[in-house]
Amino acid sequence: MNAIIFSALLGVVMMFSGILTTNKQAIKNIALVCLTLLLVANLANHYEWYSIKIDTKQMFSFGKYGYFFNTIAITATLLYVFVSGDDIVKVGSYGAEYFALIFFVLCGVTILSSYNNLLMLFLGIEIMTIPLYILTGSDKKNLHSNEAALKYFLMGAFSTGIMLMGIALLYGSSGSFGIESIVNNTSITLMKVPILEVIGLMFVFVSMLFKVSAAPFHFWTPDVYDGAPSVFTSFMATIVKSAGFIALITLFANKSEELGKLWNILLVIVIIATLLVGNITAVFQQSVKRMLAYSSIAQAGFMLFALYSRNEIARDGILLYTTAYSLATIGTFAILIKMEDHSLDGYNGLAKSQPLLAATQTIFLFSLAGIPLTAGFFAKYFMLASVIRTGGNAAIYLVIIGVLFAAVSLYYYFKVIQAMYFKEGNAATTKITPSFKFALLLLAFLIILFGVMPDALLGLFYF
Amino acid sequence: MPIQYYIYLSLALFSIGIVGVLVRRNAIIVFMCIELMLNAVNLLLVAFSKMHYNMAHLTNAETTVGTEGQLFVFFIMVVAAAEVSVGLAIIVMMFRNIHSVDVNFLNRLKN
Repeated sequence: MNAIIFSALLGVVMMFSGILTTNKQAIKNIALVCLTLLLVANLANHYEWYSIKIDTKQMFSFGKYGYFFNTIAITATLLYVFVSGDDIVKVGSYGAEYFALIFFVLCGVTILSSYNNLLMLFLGIEIMTIPLYILTGSDKKNLHSNEAALKYFLMGAFSTGIMLMGIALLYGSSGSFGIESIVNNTSITLMKVPILEVIGLMFVFVSMLFKVSAAPFHFWTPDVYDGAPSVFTSFMATIVKSAGFIALITLFANKSEELGKLWNILLVIVIIATLLVGNITAVFQQSVKRMLAYSSIAQAGFMLFALYSRNEIARDGILLYTTAYSLATIGTFAILIKMEDHSLDGYNGLAKSQPLLAATQTIFLFSLAGIPLTAGFFAKYFMLASVIRTGGNAAIYLVIIGVLFAAVSLYYYFKVIQAMYFKEGNAATTKITPSFKFALLLLAFLIILFGVMPDALLGLFYF
Repeated sequence: MPIQYYIYLSLALFSIGIVGVLVRRNAIIVFMCIELMLNAVNLLLVAFSKMHYNMAHLTNAETTVGTEGQLFVFFIMVVAAAEVSVGLAIIVMMFRNIHSVDVNFLNRLKN
């Protein structure tokens, strides 16, 4: 609860700090301090210390799981600002406002991690995405950024409309917005109209697929991720996407029984389509940024495995997956921002000119591909293990398909490594500061740490 | 009036909105169609709210069932207003750069 209140307040603080100072370095440091405060406030909740104790009237169900996800999201944002903070203030002349918007996004993320009511789901999604429309279009003179912002906005608002229709139909069938009450609501069984409920859930499901960019509703993703300023793409592809998955899993953890067998078939189709579209299209991309956009669709396919299995391993696994994926993607984008040329050829010979950047980039890509000894391996392992646990023939086939597509993903990740190490060329980068190198090393260290000991992260959760 | 009429009317408005979003090329009109979708939802929520109230009223005269449906409508209005301000700002930004609000412009990133 602290995180929700503090993220909104600190966003306002960031906004006012823009009036007091225009020094970009100072603004970045204020943002780092505010994020640390937010992290402390959230950790205080772990230990049952509340700033304000509010009766939320069943709107929220605060629990350890939500708090732990908040901790992961805030820490990832902290690392993100630590690595790319200098590039955030460089996007335009409103450095403090960008950070303020990032705080407002975090407010939405923290709402989504512990909502217990469809009203809060709706508000969380909106608080999370509206600032993102602005961040996407923050490079105001750049036509690509404009186009991405308009496309993201129209698609986002459209999917919100669909979600609201779903919520209205669910309300019609059950008479309540609570996410659990729908199963056990006996008071108005007289009026219960199951068909409305199923249609409503389908509407909400479709709109959530829009938000997490799963096929067949992924078509906006590559364009938006490509057009947005790279620093904000990094944020959108990691923290925001993970929050969407947490929301999706919380919603359907209670509801899948009502949808019955058809639901699993539908989900399998969505997973396979997402993996197929993401991986196969990524193979043909020449621009690394666009390749990463498609790879983020492919990773979304893997995260959907948790929605299919819905057991304990999946709950742990999705936390590990979001951590591994966020760390690796933040690092990859941080290096991408420093490159002069965003195409694959732009990376040629990076190992000679910037050996450290090439080495850490290799670790990030290994983690994204799921090579052992990196966090990505155990993340994928947990996802596949959770599907195996559900039993049945479909589970085995799903795992085989998952492994096959993980192998496909090796191809396009290794193309970047090949360009860096085995091709001649002089990859031009902008100025690399020692603190940037240190931040990259920190990210790489965390990835290796969670790859060697995934319990180090999950142990924190059970602690 | 029976609830079915409200459901048919709001589904019709919603469908008009969806078709408008998919067919029209002018960003402002697409935007208006999205608003139409939201308003169809508002109508449906209010109708359902009244329906649940009437059902509960039969057994308990002092019931407050159905209030939350109307509360939700207020939230939708507020969020839609916030979305309008951001959306129009984005459309104005685009208009300043290309002097058009045609959605067909949105094809440059494909290549």
